[in-house]
Amino acid sequence: MFWFDQLINGLTIGSVYALIALGYTLVYGILQMINFAHGEVFMLGAFAGYFVLLAVGGDDLGGATIIPAIVLAMFVAALASSSAAVVIERIAYRPLRNAPRLAPLISAIGVSVALQNIVLRMTGGRDRVYPRIFPGGSFGFGDFQVGYIQAFLIVASVLMMAALLVFIQRTRTGRAMRAVAENRATASLMGIDVDRTIVTTFVVGAALAGVAGVLQGLWIPNIRGTMGFLPGIKAFTAAVVGGIGSVPGAMVGGFFLGLTETVGRELLSAIPGVHLPNEWSDVIAFSLLVLVLVFRPTGIFGERVSRRA
Amino acid sequence: MPLLALESLHAGYGAIRAVRGISLEVEAGETVCLIGSNGAGKSTTLRAISGLVRPSAGRVRFEGCDITRMRPHDIVAAGISHVPEGRGIFARLTVTENLDLGAYLRGGPEVAEDVARVFETFPRLRERARQTAGTLSGGEQQMLAIGRALMARPRLLLLDEPSMGLSPILTQLIFERVRQINEEGTTILLVEQNATSALEVSHRGYVIESGEIVITGTGEELAADPRVKRAYLGEL
Repeated sequence: MFWFDQLINGLTIGSVYALIALGYTLVYGILQMINFAHGEVFMLGAFAGYFVLLAVGGDDLGGATIIPAIVLAMFVAALASSSAAVVIERIAYRPLRNAPRLAPLISAIGVSVALQNIVLRMTGGRDRVYPRIFPGGSFGFGDFQVGYIQAFLIVASVLMMAALLVFIQRTRTGRAMRAVAENRATASLMGIDVDRTIVTTFVVGAALAGVAGVLQGLWIPNIRGTMGFLPGIKAFTAAVVGGIGSVPGAMVGGFFLGLTETVGRELLSAIPGVHLPNEWSDVIAFSLLVLVLVFRPTGIFGERVSRRA
Repeated sequence: MPLLALESLHAGYGAIRAVRGISLEVEAGETVCLIGSNGAGKSTTLRAISGLVRPSAGRVRFEGCDITRMRPHDIVAAGISHVPEGRGIFARLTVTENLDLGAYLRGGPEVAEDVARVFETFPRLRERARQTAGTLSGGEQQMLAIGRALMARPRLLLLDEPSMGLSPILTQLIFERVRQINEEGTTILLVEQNATSALEVSHRGYVIESGEIVITGTGEELAADPRVKRAYLGEL
């Protein structure tokens, strides 16, 4: 059924946005900085997963070997993205910790452009294509069909988000992250190593983005050096819509944005005389960003800006 | 050997030299207060001890070891807890989470016992255990900040203006607890504008003006000193 398909499409792309958006919101929460290189961290994860899948058999994978191969690809992607984030934080952000707020932002954009071009150069500017190993079928009742790959994306990202919430709420490290986000100096007086906690935050956000890269590659197989740019900006939009700095906000914002640009576009197209092809998704997403920034800059879950007494 | 020794310590922020050559000692088991007016350099002295401000010259010794260039979290590990000015509670975390963070470097079964002990000392906190700390009153926040610092089981407790913004009754209660904490074995370095209350609970004190120590003596001596009376005790 058409509308049901659109709903599932929206949730699928939304789960990718949500996973990336979490990295923006975590880093913003702790450093009040927009990590504009985060889309490239996602791209690096997609490439790492691609090389893993290629190394373990590529298109020849099948049957029982698919799941372990995908898990390995996700794991290596998380590792690769996290390592990249650690290096980026160390060389491009930490030296600017006490600089004016614009400086790390410019540095982030520099890193973003550099990474895009390094990968473009290394791949000769040609797309790489994920092996098509995921079963293409679907399941459901009658007209209500869900593709296996889409179900996999949605379930995998929801599980990771649940794990993240438990980590932040229930573990010692998660508590330290929340403390550093609220007040860095006081957190250090608790014995928390602030620098290490900031690195941990980058690592967690990057791991989620890396896995998101693999998930998207399994679904939309073409990958390239510039593939992180648009999802990066979209995920940033999702984080702002949800309320930047809020973890549940990034999750809800991601799904909300995914649904808006699919279901929302089709709803608008249903108006007589209006026809909005796929390319309008971006227009809708960024119009939403402008509207939120103008009318509710704190987003859905955003707190009143009354930080620090 | 004193527990804490500052040796002609200098510290400040950029061009502002807030602390200019302070030397003082705190013996194990003492409560020592640093009194002086707003902007005299009291808070900066504490911040230099706990590593929040990097001293520009001089030395901080704790149990004989030079801790001058150590980072704040390592200084906590060495045994110094600092209750900062304005309390520094984590408003979005619950009271219990704040206390658990105080024991960040410890862990183990004794942490729960220590939480129980803090609740004994400050029963109001037990009633509010699951509330976010931002919903507490000023007095309760001060209790939480002190209780949280004790969770690290420090050998030296730095208290910055515990009476700030509190009613006289709450101030009295807080100072009673400060005395009790000291009697239970924790050494205390206390910074206060409320010189009367501070001198009552202190064995010794230092008066600080424009970043320098100008008078020193026991609590009684300072309370009886005409200069202290005139400037800080509101007597003519």
